[in-house]
This record gives sequence, C-alpha cells and structure tokens, in this order.
Amino acid sequence: MTNHWVDIKNADFILIMGGNAAEAHPCGFKWVTEAKAQRKARLAVVDPRFTRSAAVADFYAPIRPGSDIAFLGGVINYLLANDRVHHEYVKHYTNATYLVREDYGFEDGIFSGYDAGSRKYDRESWNYQIGADGYVMVDETMQNPRCVYQMMKQHYARYTPEMVERVCGTPKDAFLKVAEMIGATAAPDKVMTIMYALGWTQHTVGSQNIRAMAMIQLLLGNIGRAGGGVNALRGHANVQGITDMCLYSDVLPGYLGAPTDADTTREDYLAKRSLKPLRPNQMSYWQNFPKFHTSLMKSFYGKAATAENGFRYDWLPKKDAPYDVLHIFELMHQGKMNGFICQGFNPLAAVSCVKKVRESLAKLKYLVVIDPLATETSEFWQDYGEYNESDPAKVATEVFRLPSTCFAEETGSFTNSGRVLQWHWAAADPPGEAKGDLEIVGTLFYRLRELYQKEGGTFPDPVLNLDWSYAIPQVPQPEEVAREFNGKAIADVTDPKDPAKVLAKAGEQLATFGHLRDDGSTSSGNWLYCGAWSQAGNLMARRDTADPSGLGFYPNWGFSWPANRRILYNRANADPSGKPWDPKRKTIAWDGSKWSGYDVPDMRPDAAPEENVGPFIMHPDGVAHLFALKGLSDGPFPEHYEPFETPLAANPMHPKNPLALQNPAARIFKGDQADLGKADKYPYVATTYRLTEHQHYWTKNVLSNAIVQPSQFVELDEDLAKQKGIASGDLVKVSSQRGYVRGTAVVTRRLKPLQVDGKKVHTVGIPIHWGFVGVAKQGFLANRLTPYVGDANSQTPEYKAFLVNIEKA
Amino acid sequence: MQVTRRQFFKICTAGVGGSSLAMLGFSPTAALAEVRAFKLTRTTETRSTCPYCSVSCGLLVYSLGDKAKNAKSEIIHIEGDPDHPVNRGTLCPKGAGLLDFVHSENRLKYPEYRAAGSKEWKRISWDEAFTRIAKHMKADRDANFIATNDQGVTVNRWTTTGLLASSAASNETGYLTVKVARGLGIVALDTQARI
Amino acid sequence: MALQSLDIKARSATTTPSPSARGEAVKVAKLIDISKCIGCKACQVACMEWNDLRDEVGDNFGVYDNPRDLTDQSWTLMRFSEVEVQAGKLEWLIRKDGCMHCADPGCLKACPSPGAIVQYANGIVDFHQENCIGCGYCITGCPFDIPRISKKDSKVYKCTLCSDRVAVGMAPACVKTCPTGAIVFGSKEDMIHHAEGRIADLKERGYQNAGLYDPAGVGGTHVMYVLQHADQPEIYAGLPKDPSISPMVALWKGITKPLASFGLGLAVLAGFFHYMTAGPNEVEDDEEEHTS
Repeated sequence: MTNHWVDIKNADFILIMGGNAAEAHPCGFKWVTEAKAQRKARLAVVDPRFTRSAAVADFYAPIRPGSDIAFLGGVINYLLANDRVHHEYVKHYTNATYLVREDYGFEDGIFSGYDAGSRKYDRESWNYQIGADGYVMVDETMQNPRCVYQMMKQHYARYTPEMVERVCGTPKDAFLKVAEMIGATAAPDKVMTIMYALGWTQHTVGSQNIRAMAMIQLLLGNIGRAGGGVNALRGHANVQGITDMCLYSDVLPGYLGAPTDADTTREDYLAKRSLKPLRPNQMSYWQNFPKFHTSLMKSFYGKAATAENGFRYDWLPKKDAPYDVLHIFELMHQGKMNGFICQGFNPLAAVSCVKKVRESLAKLKYLVVIDPLATETSEFWQDYGEYNESDPAKVATEVFRLPSTCFAEETGSFTNSGRVLQWHWAAADPPGEAKGDLEIVGTLFYRLRELYQKEGGTFPDPVLNLDWSYAIPQVPQPEEVAREFNGKAIADVTDPKDPAKVLAKAGEQLATFGHLRDDGSTSSGNWLYCGAWSQAGNLMARRDTADPSGLGFYPNWGFSWPANRRILYNRANADPSGKPWDPKRKTIAWDGSKWSGYDVPDMRPDAAPEENVGPFIMHPDGVAHLFALKGLSDGPFPEHYEPFETPLAANPMHPKNPLALQNPAARIFKGDQADLGKADKYPYVATTYRLTEHQHYWTKNVLSNAIVQPSQFVELDEDLAKQKGIASGDLVKVSSQRGYVRGTAVVTRRLKPLQVDGKKVHTVGIPIHWGFVGVAKQGFLANRLTPYVGDANSQTPEYKAFLVNIEKA
Repeated sequence: MQVTRRQFFKICTAGVGGSSLAMLGFSPTAALAEVRAFKLTRTTETRSTCPYCSVSCGLLVYSLGDKAKNAKSEIIHIEGDPDHPVNRGTLCPKGAGLLDFVHSENRLKYPEYRAAGSKEWKRISWDEAFTRIAKHMKADRDANFIATNDQGVTVNRWTTTGLLASSAASNETGYLTVKVARGLGIVALDTQARI
Repeated sequence: MALQSLDIKARSATTTPSPSARGEAVKVAKLIDISKCIGCKACQVACMEWNDLRDEVGDNFGVYDNPRDLTDQSWTLMRFSEVEVQAGKLEWLIRKDGCMHCADPGCLKACPSPGAIVQYANGIVDFHQENCIGCGYCITGCPFDIPRISKKDSKVYKCTLCSDRVAVGMAPACVKTCPTGAIVFGSKEDMIHHAEGRIADLKERGYQNAGLYDPAGVGGTHVMYVLQHADQPEIYAGLPKDPSISPMVALWKGITKPLASFGLGLAVLAGFFHYMTAGPNEVEDDEEEHTS
C-alpha cells in the first residue's frame, strides 16, 4: 500500500476492484465503513461476483473476469475526454509533458520491438527523447504529439464506453456511473482510494492491471495524498515483510536488483543500478544503491567482506534464469532439481496445476517441509483416493517434515500491508517438540557449516565465512537478527558536510539509511528497515496510540518503512508551491524553510519548492510514470489482452491479429501450452477466490472456521443452472483441461451471465480453501483446475480467469 | 394458533409440577442464579499479531498460569487488542478462531521422515533430521555447484536445491533464511508472496 | 461481580417478588446495523470461542448459511437473503440471528421451572441450565424461534448476551469482534441514538424506509436492528413484522398458574416421578407446527 489501513477513512470515494476487501480483509475494511459513516464517502465495487463487499456498497457493476484493463482503459478515456483531470498535478508530478522517442509505436495490439519467436520485446524504443543537455525533452504545453499526455490520449481513445461494454460485459450505464464517481475526485479537494488484491495480480496481464489503476490515480492527482494512493491488500500477515526481505530470486533484501551473469564486475553491477537524474535537481534516490548494497554485503559476510576483495561481490550467486516458482517447478518437472525446502509454504495447493506440481515433487531426491501444520505438500506422495491419487511405492522422494512454531509461540516482527513493522511476543511454549523457524534455519546452517569445516567440499568459502556471530549459533534470537537487519556503524560515521560531526559511533545501531556508507563502515541487512532498531531501541515494539493529526498516522506505533513514513510520495499532497491541495487533509507542507507536518516528508527536508524537486524521488526524472518506459516487459501502456483461456475467438480490440489475442509477452512453457483448454469443450469462464471464513489452506485445519464454512462448493448463475438442470445443493463436477473438482452447487443471483462481444458468457465461481488434509470436510484442491501460466512481469499464475465445464455430478 | 388438548394437559402438568416442586423444597436456590464466572480472571495477557492476512490485527493472547516456574502456559482465549490502531479490538472470523489454530489437531509435534517408496511417516529425532538433511544438502551442493558459467564468468550458484519461503514467517526468519540461502549459493528461491 | 441474585428482575415460575433494593440499572442493548454487516461470521466464531461451544462440522447445502440453523452449540447465526426490493437492484441482506433479549420475554413467561430463566435488571435474559427441565416451553414461548434444546443433555440453550462479559464491564464477544462495527453495544438509550444517525445516513443514500427494529409487541428488545427496509422486516430471512408472545404462554399464565398454586395432588407427584425416571419431555413436532 502506498498509504495504510487507517488512512482509508480519509477517502471521499472508495473503489474496490480486483479484490474483495470485506471478505479477505474484514478488519481493514472497517475503515471503509468509517469513511462512509464519518465522511459520507461512497463505495463502488466492480467484480465478476456480487461479493460481500458489494453487499455494503453504494454501487455495484459486474465485469467479466480478465477484462479489467478494458474497463480501466475506458475510465482513462472517460477522464481525458470529459476533462476529469487534476491538471496541475499531472503537469508537475507525472511524465505527461515528457517526449517519447519517435521510434516508439503501437500497432494492432503490438508495441514496437516485438519478437514473436522469443515472445519478448526489445524495449529500447520505449523511452524518452533526450536533449543535448542529457536531460529528457519536455513540452510544457502538452501539445506535442509525442508527449506522453497526447500519446496516452491517442492510445486510450479506442476504449469507448461501447467498447468497455463489448469486452467486459459491463452495461454501459453501469460503467459510466462508476467512471463518473471516479472522475469526481479529480477536484483537488476530493480524494479516492483503490483497494485491490489478487483479483488483479492473478492474470497474465496482472502488473498492467495495477499500472492502469495507478495511471487513473495520477490523472486524478490522488497519489501521495491522505485518503488516496494505490493500495494493494496483501494476503498474508508478513507477505509485505518477506517481500521486503526479498526471498525471491530477482532481488536482494531491500529490492536491490540481484546480480545476473551479465553483471560480471561489481563496478558494472553497481553503476547500472545507480541511476543518474534525468531532469535537473532530481534526487534519483537509487544513486545511493552502492551504499545499500555494500552495507548488505557487510551484514552477510562480516569481516570477510572488505574493500580490497570487492566486499565479496564474487560470492553472491549470479542468476542465469528467472527462478520464479513456475520456473522452479518447470525445472523440477524436467528432473533438474534434487532437493527442495518448503518453509511454511504449501505449493501443492498454492502453485497452479496440481498435476504438474505433484509430478515434479515426485522427481525430487529429498523434500523438506517446515510447517506448524500438516500440509498437502508434505503428503503429496500419499494416496488420498480421488482427492490425491498416488502410489507411494512409486514415489522415491524422501520427505522430512519438521514441526515449527506458530505466531503464538514466537517473538518477532511482521510488516503489515501498510508497511508498518510490529513486534509480537510469544505467549506459550510450542506443542510437543516443535521449534521456532530461527532455530530450524540456524541449526541446519550450523550443521552444514560444521560439515564443511570437517570434510571440506565445493567452494566452502561463503559457507564458512557467512557472518554468524549469534550468541547461540544454533539458535539465533529474534532481537539479534532484528538488530542485524537494521544495521550498525562498524567505524564512526561522520557527516559529509562536517567531518567533525559524528552521526553514529562505531558499534552503534543506525538511526536511518541516510547514514549508510559504501566504504564498509556500515552494515545493514535491509536498508529499508534501517531505523527499526536504532540506538533508541526496538521501534517496532512501540505502542503509542497518539494520533496528533487525527488522520490516523499513529507515528509512534511500530515503525513504518521507509524512515517511519506513513504515506509514500507525500510531497505530492501539496501543490508545486508547497501548499496542501486540501488543507483539511494536510500531511506535510513547505513552511518557508523546510518540509514539515504530521508525516515524515518523502522529500529532502530543505528542498525549496522553487528547486522543482519531483515527489517521486526513486525515479531518475522525479515524476510518476504515466508512460512506463522500459519498466514492464509487456508494454509502456496497459493494453487489453484476453486471458490464456478465453471464451472469445479473437481479442475484440484487435480482431484481426491473432498475436494480440493474449498477452504477447507472457511466458508459457511448451508442455503447458498443450494443457490449455478451448471454449468448445470448456465453454464457461471460471475464477477462483477466497471466502471470508477461511484463510487459504490453513483454516481447514481450524475447527471453528470449518464449522462456519465446512465443505467445498461452487457458485453459478440461475440461468446456467437452469440450462444444466442444476439446483442449489446438488453435487456438481467442474472440469478444466487439467483436472476436475466436485462440490455443492450454490445457485445464486449474485452471478449473472454477461453479454460479451455478442456472446452470452457465464462465470463459475470456485472458492479455494479445501483439500485432503484438515478438520473441514475433505475436498479437492482448486488449483487442480488452473493453468500453468503467469503474468508477463511477476509470473503470478492466472487463477482468476480460465475455462471450465460444469455438470451435475 | 391453537392449543391442542394434549398440549393443554402438558402445560398443566409441567406448570403444576414446576410450582409444586418448588413448594416441596426441590427448587435450586437463587444462589445458583448467577452469571458464569469471568474466565479470564488472573490469566496472563500477551500482545501478539494475527498471522493470517496483512491487516496484521493486534491480538491479546490469554494463557493459563502466571508464568511461574512450576506452571506450564496454555493458551485458552484470544481476542482483539483494543489499543491497536488498525483493528481496535475487532477480529474477523479467522482471527476470532485463532485458538483453534493454536490447538489444531493437525499441528505437527515432532519431526517425521518418509522414506523413498514408503507409505507412512516415521517419527525421528531432531538430531537425526538435521543430520540427514544437512548431508543431503551438502552432497547435492558439492556435486552440482556451478562456480563459473560457459563464458568463464564467476557465478557461484547452486541450482539443484530450491527453497520456498513462507509469507507468514517473521521478518527475522525471512532475513536469516535469505542470508543462509544466498550464502549457500541458492538461486531457486521464491516466496508465497509471488502467488 | 455485578450480576447476581440481587440484580434479578424476573425469574421463571417464581411467585415471590424479585429483589428490589438496588436502584434502576442501566438498560443495555446490542444494536445490529444490517447495512454495515458483511456477513463475515466473526460474531459466530467469537461466540463459540468465548462460550466454549463447537458445533458439528456440517455441509454446505447450497447457501452461505452455516451451520444450517441455531443449535445448542450455535447461539448466533448469519442468515443470508438475496432480494430485489427495487427490480434489477440486487441486495444481499445478511441478518445476524440470535436471542433478542425481549423486555417482555416470552421464554421466561412460558418456563415452568423456577429459576431456569431469569431477566437481569440490565435487560439481559439468561438461561440457567441447572434449573432447566427440558420441557421446551420456552421454545414455544419465543416469538423469534431462538432457544434450542440439546440432544445430549435435553437442556435448552441460547445467547446470554455474554452476561459474564457484561458483568465485568466488557462488551459481548460478538460486539467486540465485529470488524465493521455493524454490531455495537451500550445503554439502550445510546443505541437508539446511534441508530438514529445510521438511519439518517441510510435515508441520505436512498433507503427511504430505513428504520429501527425494536418491536413493541414484546415490550421492545435489548437486541435491535437497523434495517434498510424497516417496512419489510420479513425479507430479512423472516424477521417477524409484529412479534408477540404466543397465546400458549398467555394460557399458562392465565389458567395453569392458579391451578398450580392449588395442585398438590397425586398428579403432581406422578409428573415429578415421570421426570425423575424418564427424563424431561421432548417438544414434539406436531406441537411446534400448531404453535407456529
């Protein structure tokens, strides 16, 4: 979230689309009801289903799964055509005035630079025109046809309300009603917020769904404002924290791009990521990359990392391939992996296409599952009849199952969706012999290191030299680890403007990432978390309930990254002269000598408005990107493409170009292409989702949740039910090209057939949550149905739109 | 509505029975007419965070005993932390049911091992588990570690063992895990967060 | 502990007057705003967790309601209704069902067992199962069809409005947990005031018939609803429009009580021995049909 949970109460209008906050985040949704009750805010829900969020909305509009960009593109067109634009914001805080290269183009659904053979774009042309001074060329009048504003206008002119109805199935008047509600917040004293979740990410166009919304919020001037922002409602308690710690291949802690084979030297690697300003006076904060990276290397390798040895850049593994979870299981399926460790992760249930995941796991030599609960993954080899057909005798994988603690038995921090780090304390001992994750990881590493010390082995250096100065090496304590990722001064850190002034003495915890250095004099395991455990102590454990602004910042509750800032890009809450757009919702303002107010300024504190330092300080140009440049792999403007399984024969936006039917840059593995179904055999659109009574696949192990939502069901509309002779309560079978599930039919008016491109399209709803292990009634893993294809950028699987058939079981 | 003859008879019998029992001295006394005793009196209250979604609601976890040396804590109740700025004491059905997660019959209690081709789990000790897993990992790493790629560039990666990290683990666990994974050279690293 | 015998305002099948030494207690109330309810069932779970109840793990039977009905283990339940009050505008009305804590409780009036049902001065109607003989008359007496008899111990159970929490100054478990604040708790006066604000908000949003459900037929209730369509309470899964105490109960009060006062004959003792040897009477189907 750019903003945070309580801030939703400051919104005038709330859009829930690509998510279902009332069901998936009920206690966060409370702030929607507060905005409604206290500010008379309006709530609109756009969703394929009339959800429990829709039940309390002021307006609901249906949409076909997988057509969100058509809808949002329609909104962009509506805003531009009807002048619902916050002009001053757009002109100063976005790249609307910047000129795009002449060789950038878009034709019949394909952007310039496409190579059909590799299904990849050469993104070189998706860039600005650079002037002789080395800076981007701009046209303040925004009349130049190559300026972003005009390019955007042209791109979205095709997204008419009629086209929206044709692609999305949303009745035109319903679409216009939502567009009108959104458009009203272009006024400087009106703010809207968007709450989305996996309903947008789990598509082959997932990242572009979110970009489209970000563009809308920028056109309306709603980013950086209290009550505004683009708010991803994340699914797990610490999904934000684990993402920040970067437990994935692409990046190192703090979103530091991980080195690849192309980064042959440390110098090149750092230079490539230390982005220089593209406009005068811009902060281009990634210029500090070397400080963050060097401090990370000091945390990893301690004394072994020195300036002389390049801080052991050579020890860092370089990646040669994406290694996202779909790629990992593809490698496993090809027999290229031997071992696999699942730490609190149940891939058999969570990764798309059970069949492929089960076959892959059976090819491993060893599998280690660390979890507080018995999971399907740990029992993938076991025969559970129809729910999991397996012949254990034929599965050679050795499986270790290690019991870990749950939240109630451990101490440590979680980062919530609003980026607030909060400390929690153990309340009881774990059951039986269960151990904490830190002890499990710590002891395992300790044993490995012992083996390397004793026996030697392949390249033992990083294993032997990994900094492991924990008091009890087998059981690192959460406090020790938290202090480590915060970082400390190894030598005295002095003020660059006044070397006599010591900012942090050697050995002290650092207060801010502003004190990190690239010479080895500081360590920090995650620069974004620097300040969370400073010399002042554990700021994550703070519990001050004071809220001086009344806007819900609670500045001394926990610690919000970065730098305890509660709203990102908050410089944009004020006009170019530094005066808040809406004085009633002021977060920070220019007071004549510095930025001050209720929040930590997202700006150099002494950057006077006349300096024109842009509010989007991480970008080299200081502004937000309506045109995404080379940021995404599948286009600088979001474009509608059909899901990989679509009920339509052609993309209604590009009926004559089969290449533009689906996202042309999305990756699909060879074998999985054959596993895609067609509309003749699987005529109905299916979408998977969570129910409020359950959390993924955990709570089927929880009796009270099993009682309130006990057994598997699927939802369908009355029209389809009649056609198929299905009544509520009947057992039905839903099948895709990849498998089937059975459940009780819930026939409902909350789903309605939609007219899409002249065709009646029915949507079948597939709640997840059931499996073959648990105290709820046994059921089928919903991902037996889903395709093995992901978003072109994030590789998040396309769970939200695929094809099925349904029949009475 | 109508009252049948049989119902009328029943009413009379029960009514007469009730009243007359009281007269005969069988009535439970008023001393029992007291509400259930408050079950949290003298329990220990611990602040925690809900492990489910990213609203990260504050919790009050109540356990039996005062943490004295001879008493073992047992969690008996969980409810929302009213001081928490986001949830202000509220909890959704998952959070409200956390007690049954803590005490789920499917909680794992000791390390187990399933041998190749076997159809059952065997309980093993932690020592055995760590020893065997470490041996597996080292054997795989030693055999398959890639120090340089085809172009002779130093890449120092281990691709044949992968790790999937939880999004429900703490930041501390996350950091220690990424440090160990990168330290060993693992590149096949991903997290629930992607999904 | 605040609620004890001194705080009892009414007691089933008791002819002696209730203690009255203490002054007027604050009347409490729970207000359920259906327009804010997201049907998440947190209240159901919080109720079972606090009260140490666990129902059977049932089955889905084609709707979201689960468990299927109130039971001795499920004292509250969300009832989901898909309705179109205005043609083409679907509404998903979700009503939290459970004891209404009537000011004039039909259950208490119907109960023949002394002290099995009491009403506290704050308005809470509580069952004391140790005194329950399982006759089921409270079920007949309830205009909202709330109490449920246990198959295991033949005693009747229902929501206590968390009298144990209220007694120590806390809100009921369902109220505290409610994520959207659809359920609030306080003095009845404050709750009526809160409802007025909610009704004004709903009217401003186009619900012209929004209103408070606090039915006079049972003397008002200590559990009230804000309804978007207060003119049609029936569309909320059969919430009775004008609930009143069953004539069965009137009959018991009017005829059998005097009979009882005089009746110390053989029939009585026979009835008593029947109870001691054969257990309590079951409520039979035919009876329920006739009294509904």
